[in-house]
Amino acid sequence: MSAVSAPTGERSARQIAWSRRLRAGKASWAIYRTSGIGLAGLAIIVAFVVIALLAPLLANKSGTLITYVAEQHQPHNAPPSLAYPFGTDHFGRSVLTQVIWGARVSLLVGAIATLGALLIGSAIGLSAGFFGGRVDGILMRLTDWFMVIPWLGLALVLAAIMGKGLVSIITVIVITSWAFPARVIRAQSWAVSSRPFVERARAIGSRDSHIIATHILPNSMPIIFTQMVITGASAIYTESLLSFLGMGDPNSVSWGTTLEDAFNQGALTAGHWWQIVFPGMCIILAILALTMIGYAFDQVLNPRLRDR
Amino acid sequence: MSASYILKRVLAAFVTLLFILVFNFFLFRTLGDPVKLIARDQQMSVDEQDALRKQLCLDRPPLEQFTQCYMPQLLHGNLGQTASGDDVSTLIWDRIPKTLLLTGTATLLATIMGVWVGIKAGWKRGSRFDRWTLMTSMTFYSTPEFLLGMFFIIVFAAWLGWFPISGYQNVVTPTTGFAHVLDVLNHLFLPCLTLTLGYFGEYSLVMRASMLDVVAEDFTTASRAKGIRESEVRNRHVVPNAMLPIITASVLYFGFIIAGAVGVEYVFSYPGLGLLTVDALDSTNLALLEGLFLFFSAAIIVANLVADVLMGYVDPRIRYG
Repeated sequence: MSAVSAPTGERSARQIAWSRRLRAGKASWAIYRTSGIGLAGLAIIVAFVVIALLAPLLANKSGTLITYVAEQHQPHNAPPSLAYPFGTDHFGRSVLTQVIWGARVSLLVGAIATLGALLIGSAIGLSAGFFGGRVDGILMRLTDWFMVIPWLGLALVLAAIMGKGLVSIITVIVITSWAFPARVIRAQSWAVSSRPFVERARAIGSRDSHIIATHILPNSMPIIFTQMVITGASAIYTESLLSFLGMGDPNSVSWGTTLEDAFNQGALTAGHWWQIVFPGMCIILAILALTMIGYAFDQVLNPRLRDR
Repeated sequence: MSASYILKRVLAAFVTLLFILVFNFFLFRTLGDPVKLIARDQQMSVDEQDALRKQLCLDRPPLEQFTQCYMPQLLHGNLGQTASGDDVSTLIWDRIPKTLLLTGTATLLATIMGVWVGIKAGWKRGSRFDRWTLMTSMTFYSTPEFLLGMFFIIVFAAWLGWFPISGYQNVVTPTTGFAHVLDVLNHLFLPCLTLTLGYFGEYSLVMRASMLDVVAEDFTTASRAKGIRESEVRNRHVVPNAMLPIITASVLYFGFIIAGAVGVEYVFSYPGLGLLTVDALDSTNLALLEGLFLFFSAAIIVANLVADVLMGYVDPRIRYG
C-alpha cells in the first residue's frame, strides 16, 4: 500500500468527475430513448456500419471489378432477381455487391472528413470562445468568411487543382465544413468560460491549456457531438455529389461512383431503375438516419423542445 | 433605419469581397501552376507554355500580377478567356437568366410551402399533421437533389413520358411565341419540382424549430394571459417573430441552393450555370471555373448584404444592438 493513496471511501477528483459524467450520460440516454425518431436513426446507422464492417463476408470484392465479372460472364443490365437481388449494372457487376462495398468507402470518407472538420472546428471554436478579445475577432472573421464561400464552387476548383481521388474529396469536405461547427462551438465555449468554476480554476493558477482540456472541452462535448452528427450528414451528401460529378477515385467503389457509372451508361433513359434506386436509397437512408439522430440530440440538449 | 447601419454592412461586404479576390488570386496562381494544368490535358511545347504564361501575365512577380493584371481586368468586368478563346464573362452572362428562372421559382415556392407547413406544425406540436410533415420534411431535407431528380426522370419522364427527359427547350423543332413559353415551362417542370421539394425540407424544419422557440417565449404566455384569441396570438405575436430566422437561413442555405442547382442542372442537362460548372470541371477549364467561383462568391456576398439590411429593417434589436 502506498502512502499517497486516498483513504478508502474517498474518491479522487478524476473519479468524481467521471462518475458525474457517467450520470449525466445516463440521464441524457434516458431522454434520448424516449425519441422514436432518434432510436430509428441510430438503428439505421448501426446497420450500415455493420454492413460496411462485414463487407468481406457478405460479398466477394472481385464482384466490383469489371474485368472479373467479364470472366464470370455475368448478365449485363439484368433486373433484380434471386441471383442478383439488386440487379446488375452495364458491365455485369451485381449492384448489391457494389452497394455493400460502396458503404465502406462512403461511410469512411464521411467519417474521416467529419472528424477532420470537427477537429479544426473545435480547436478554433473553443479557443475563440475561451480567449475572447482579439483572438476571437480574428478567428470569427475567418470563420464568417469560410461560411459565405460557395463551398461547391471551392470544392470543384480544389478538385481541378488537386486532381481526382478520395484524398481530395476528404480535403474538400474538411475545408468547406469546419466553419459552421466552429461558430456553434465558440458560442458554447464562450458561455462556459464565463462560469464561476473557470474563474476559480484561474484563481488557483491553472494554465489556459489545462482549463480548456478539463473544463471547457468536457462542457462543450454535447454540442460537439451534435455538430458531428449534422456535419456527418452533410459530408455524406457532399461525398455522393462530388463522386457523382466524377471527382471520385475511379478505382474504388462508393455509392456516388455507382450512381455516376449508371448515369453515364444511360440508366435513366434505358429504364434500368435498379442501378439508380438502390445506391440512391442507401445515400438517402444514411443521411436521413444522421438527421434523425441530430434531431433527437436537439431534444436532449434543449429542454424547450421536449414533449410537455 | 440609420444610414450608418447600412454603411457598416456595405463596408463589411466589400472587405469580404476583397478577401475572396485575394484568396482566388492565390488559389489559381500560386497553389497550382495554371499553365501546367492546361498543359496536362493538351499537348504543348515549352515555347507555347511560355507564350501562354506571358499572355496570362504569369511571368511577373505576384504583387505586380495582382495590381497590374488581375485587379484592372476584374474592374473592367473582364474574367479572361477560356483556352478555346471564348469570353468567360459572356459564357456566364448567357446562363444567368436560365439558372435564375429555375432556382428563383424553386426557392420562392419552397419558402412559401416550408413557412406554411412550419407554422402549422410548430403551432400544434405533436399533432398528426406535425408528425407526418416532420418525417416528410426530414426525408426531403436528407435527399440530395440530384437523386430526387433522377427518381423523377425515371418515373415521370422515362416511364410515364409525361415530361421531357432533359434540356431547356425542344431543340429539334424550335417553337416561337406562346408555344415556346409552354415548351420552356414543360422542360422546367421536373427540375423545378425537384429543387422545390429539396429546398422545402430545409425551410419547413427551420420554420418549425423557430416556431417552437417563440411559442415558449414569455411574451407568448403574456399575450395569451391578456385573453386575446388563439389565432391572434399566433398571427400577430408568434409568427412574425418566428419568421426572422427564415431570412438568415435563406442566406446560410445559399451555398446549398447553388449546390442543389449544380446537381439538378447536371442530371436534367438544363443549360444553366450549374451545368456550365460541371462542364468546366470535366474539361479542366480553369479560367471558366475561376470566373464561376468569383461570380458565385459575389452573389453570396450580395445576398448576405441584402439579408443583413432586411434583418435590420424588420428587427430593431439588430439595428440598435
